[in-house]
Amino acid sequence: MPGFEYVQAEDVPGAVAIVSRDPGASFLAGGTTLLDLMLKDGVIAPGRVVDIGRLPLRGITRRDDFLLVGTLTTMEELAAYPTVAERAPFVRDALLAGASTQLRNMATIGGNLLQRTRCRYFRDLAVAACNKRTPGSGCAAVTGPARMHAILGASEHCIALHASDLCVPLVALDAVVYIQGVGGQRTVPLTDFYVLPSDRPEVENVLEHGELVTQVEIPLLPAGARSGYLKVRDRASYEFALTSAAAALMIEEGTIAMARLALGGVGTIPWRAREAEAILEGKPANDQTFRAAADAAIRDAFTVPGTAFKVELAKRTIARVLQTVAGLRS
Amino acid sequence: MRTIPSDEVTVVLHVNGRARQLQLDSRVTLLDALRDHLDLVGTKKGCDQGACGACTVLLDGKRVLSCLRLAAQCDGREVMTIEGLARDGRLHPLQEAFIRHDGFQCGYCTPGQIMSAVALLEEGRATSDEEIREFMSGNLCRCGAYPNIAAAIREVAALRRK
Repeated sequence: MPGFEYVQAEDVPGAVAIVSRDPGASFLAGGTTLLDLMLKDGVIAPGRVVDIGRLPLRGITRRDDFLLVGTLTTMEELAAYPTVAERAPFVRDALLAGASTQLRNMATIGGNLLQRTRCRYFRDLAVAACNKRTPGSGCAAVTGPARMHAILGASEHCIALHASDLCVPLVALDAVVYIQGVGGQRTVPLTDFYVLPSDRPEVENVLEHGELVTQVEIPLLPAGARSGYLKVRDRASYEFALTSAAAALMIEEGTIAMARLALGGVGTIPWRAREAEAILEGKPANDQTFRAAADAAIRDAFTVPGTAFKVELAKRTIARVLQTVAGLRS
Repeated sequence: MRTIPSDEVTVVLHVNGRARQLQLDSRVTLLDALRDHLDLVGTKKGCDQGACGACTVLLDGKRVLSCLRLAAQCDGREVMTIEGLARDGRLHPLQEAFIRHDGFQCGYCTPGQIMSAVALLEEGRATSDEEIREFMSGNLCRCGAYPNIAAAIREVAALRRK
């Protein structure tokens, strides 16, 4: 791979200014995505790497009903924060299921949001057809063997999966992304942060080049709500999801008063299942309701032969996590 | 490898208690700095892509993958490798336990397994077999020595609790 200039950022405005005015520059935080793609796969080649690792963007602040999480907080640090276990336990579950301890000690929360797809066609320069890597070149995953790919928000242009576990409960909770640019700060709900690939898979989120995610606001669940994260994978641990689901329910006298549901392992973006939530709320908390919600969540799936199994697996994953959260099974 | 001046970095690594200053190409990972520039070849390069755990070292006391971190990112930080575990010529209890339980076959993953296990004990996550297996899952052993690796860790964890 080509060489690059390594720059140690001294403050946030300076880091944003350097990257904003240099199209070939990139921020470096934990490095578990960027260095992999740069040094190992050679898929990206920034000429300048701005290390933000020492900026004061690390740490967690508790407010009344939400947490403000600095972008450089590690996955391990957020998982260990007591309020997360108390008021948003499915966030902790997703973090612990998301990577090995070594990776959780390195990978940051901001970096987790911005991780690139694990699609092996995207990561293999020997594959010419990748609309995400080379716009307009086609999609080798649609015609070639595919398994760890998306079925929702996907099309013949791109079926690359957003592989984050953490983002699944975060979209369910309506987390908010704080963004610093040269012109100032703005906030974007995480559910509006990602862009569906449609016919421009190279555009993955609303960030302009040089904008930096500085904090993530994570709302806490109301007292009395229960939550869970279920991840189905090819081996018991340290593996990406085939399907996953994050659910939070508030059940009052057998009736679902509040429902949050989001899916992983199936979407080109972290997938909020609002149609399913609408079916759940106001209904009795039973298997019939849960299966109806699961059917509603997985509609308009775009599958290829290798991913067709995910339709039924995702529905069963949803039904299972809802049963578990509702206390109908352990 | 073509190198231009702006692509070089000066880095001070505190490795196993000793400060080492290095002039490196900015692309050099912590793993390559240890192995190729400091001749500390105990830390192993397995997948070199963050998937196998063979390169596990402690950075400021936390276990990390040295293959996915630039040496430049570690400037001024404390690094502990497998070479730094023994004290006064005596092996670390985990090293002794790995020998006693034959926690290896080819031995290639062993330094990473042991460094990871050292951190595991510090994290307090070796209270059951289930926990040991889950929190050691980032260290692969293709020989399949897992039962003996878990036994070695279990033994040291039990001694520590006494």
